[in-house]
Amino acid sequence: MNTSAAVRMSGIRKSFGDVEVLKGVDLEVHRGEVHALLGGNGAGKSTLMKILRGVHRPDAGSVELDGVAVDLRSPADATAGGVGMVFQEFSLVPSLTVAQNMHLGREHRTRGLLDDRRMRRDSAEVLDRMGVELDPRAVVGDLPVGYRQLVEIAKALSHQARILVLDEPTASLPYSEVERLFALVQRLAAQNIAVIYISHRMAEITRVADRMSVIRDGRRVLCDDVAAVSPERVAEAIVGREILHLAEAPTREPVPTDTPTVLSVRDLRAGSRVQAVSFDLARGEILGLAGLIGSGRTELAHCLFGVDRPDRGTMALDGRAYRPAAPGDAIAAGVMLLPESRAQQGLVLEHTIGQNMLLPSLRRLGRGPLVDDERGRALCDDLVARLQIRGATGRIPVSRLSGGNQQKVALAKWLALRDTGLSPRVLILDEPTAGVDIATKTDIMHLVRELADTGTGVVLISSELEELLAVADRVLVLRSGCVTADLARSDIPDEESLQLAIQGA
Amino acid sequence: MTLQHETTAPTDAPQPRRPPRLDWRDHAIYIGFVVVFLLFAVTLGDDGFLTGSNLLNIVRQTAVIAVMAVAGTLVIAAAQIDLSIGSVAGLSSVVTAMTLSATGNLLVGVLAGVGVGLLVGVINGGLVAYARIPSFLVTLAMLGIAGGVAQWISGFQPIPILDRTFTMIFGSGDFGPIPSLLLWAVVVVAIGVVVMNKTAFGRQILATGGNPVAATFSGVRVQRITFAVLVISSVVAAIAGMLYAGRLQSGRFQWGTGDELSVIAAVVLGGTSLFGGTGRVLGSVVGALFVGLINNGLILAGLDVSQQIIIQGVIIIIAVALTRKR
Repeated sequence: MNTSAAVRMSGIRKSFGDVEVLKGVDLEVHRGEVHALLGGNGAGKSTLMKILRGVHRPDAGSVELDGVAVDLRSPADATAGGVGMVFQEFSLVPSLTVAQNMHLGREHRTRGLLDDRRMRRDSAEVLDRMGVELDPRAVVGDLPVGYRQLVEIAKALSHQARILVLDEPTASLPYSEVERLFALVQRLAAQNIAVIYISHRMAEITRVADRMSVIRDGRRVLCDDVAAVSPERVAEAIVGREILHLAEAPTREPVPTDTPTVLSVRDLRAGSRVQAVSFDLARGEILGLAGLIGSGRTELAHCLFGVDRPDRGTMALDGRAYRPAAPGDAIAAGVMLLPESRAQQGLVLEHTIGQNMLLPSLRRLGRGPLVDDERGRALCDDLVARLQIRGATGRIPVSRLSGGNQQKVALAKWLALRDTGLSPRVLILDEPTAGVDIATKTDIMHLVRELADTGTGVVLISSELEELLAVADRVLVLRSGCVTADLARSDIPDEESLQLAIQGA
Repeated sequence: MTLQHETTAPTDAPQPRRPPRLDWRDHAIYIGFVVVFLLFAVTLGDDGFLTGSNLLNIVRQTAVIAVMAVAGTLVIAAAQIDLSIGSVAGLSSVVTAMTLSATGNLLVGVLAGVGVGLLVGVINGGLVAYARIPSFLVTLAMLGIAGGVAQWISGFQPIPILDRTFTMIFGSGDFGPIPSLLLWAVVVVAIGVVVMNKTAFGRQILATGGNPVAATFSGVRVQRITFAVLVISSVVAAIAGMLYAGRLQSGRFQWGTGDELSVIAAVVLGGTSLFGGTGRVLGSVVGALFVGLINNGLILAGLDVSQQIIIQGVIIIIAVALTRKR
């Protein structure tokens, strides 16, 4: 039996400037194996995968593919070596068809003209092999996000990939399509393809992966069969210390029933996504908002924050009518939102940490019409230190930070506002821990609790039930834009029962 | 509020401890300006390049473009464009001249000129910010409309300005040893620098240009900002038109023709990204001086206008290509 691994990376080292990102990492993945790759933000797993993809060249160490030492100087080399990768940001051209995307840059030609029929046939074959029903003539831009990812995978496979790297493949998938992705991954493994599966979500890994490696601080700290290690051990390996279990954090006293209401929503309707939502939020209460993708949670948040205007219904803040026409009104009234997409809605990526952090507070940092930069810098340095945002200075562009640190900057915008005298009455967090490593997740949840303890009403939208159960005092379940359940935390025995409420079984 | 534990993971990208090193590209226009100046000083020194009157000439020819480039920086930083400024300058010069000759009242004349800028700016800003029509289209249309109106009401004729006070204040006279044009430029540039770098408005312009959605979600009134920069641009263009009128002692539809391109060139040469999100007012001013310097040098070197335009185009492409990042 040929025992050489599909991928064998040995002693890989890589530095950028003075920073050593990889300090001698080994990784073996065999054919037909699904190998989970875990690690916190910035642990080095992306860099390791970029070396395998030929984007970076290692400073030291070797890469073998099927037992043959290779020197991957470019992505084209990696493709020729059978390495395919599906990144978080999709690299498809929306205006082209599935078949055109799959053959981008290596179109079949007959006598100089494109052979569309052959490309369609080839594409159909690959899609068929994946068990995906999709017309190769469909325009990618018209497809739902879940299908776009399948096209990405099909594109990699049509390059004869024998090693497929999936980077957080479920991060942008609706819940209903996750199962299909798992089935596909297993099908690919059965076809003898080596799959490297990067994810933050432990539950997925036990579902789909055979083996796992954990990278921390540029080293591999754990490599074992998935079945052989406990989730606690994995979490510990990722974080490198006793993990602060959210669930074990001191349980919150339920908010007393006579606590004054801060936000009151009655029969709110907006478009087709928010049908008739009513609820009250007490001071200092953490209200979880559960529901499937498309259940109207984000749309509801946008109504509360003044991004969209409701068609009907009323809102009241501290007993007074509240009708924000724009986020500026909402913020002035003390309602703040950490939006779902930090890159598109939360941050100006090319601007510095400081510029982003202080953007909502500029008018409050004034000395007359001018901005008091000294005060701004002090405020920013203070928040960078308090939130432990890596980068150590407010003057580097946010685009250079990892996802978790970017999220901290987005959240710090509202903390800066508080420090300049405008305390949040209501803070809405829309999937605050998506694509964020465990340590940062814990940090963010602590912050949320602390804000609630100071009297801020918190609305927490999350698809991670564990998270909702760990911090929420009460959970509203939304389905098709309607509130279908209003559960006190003490009435929810476990994740399963909440999941059932969400799915409406 | 502090966190209870330490985050040990370093970030994905390499992180410099100190602020990133200064990038020469950010200052390329200053370097370029000095290099070209020295080059001309050596090669054209005998042709009178270094004489005080010639240098003052450069400043005078550049001053109006520099004034407009200050507002142009705000517009481009907000990821918009204003192609109508040249026409607005021409229209304002005509309206001012006509009002002056009709009323003989300096203040009414000036107000009429500024009013032209305000009116055009409100139309431009309203259509772009609230009707959400791309500024490229709106201001391209306005370039034609304002230019056409100026030709129509003036009957293609220059309208002489006999009001000495007006011409003294707007461009012909001197305040002590300082030409009034230069004083205008200095004042406008100073205001522009402070607005861009020191006020909340300036920062909000940058955020709007960098990512309008994120700016909105941070409470920035993006539509108001967009409206405001386009109004400012038009009003400043109208003032520039009065400076032309004062210097040339007449109002004429041709004053300012083509200035939009010089202004865009100056702003981009100065290091402001055409995609918005950055804004360098001083860079734009030096960019304007750079263009003026090259024109002057080429005239002294004996090149004619057609050759000047060609070389100007080539230099802009080279400069932008050299300073483009990545």
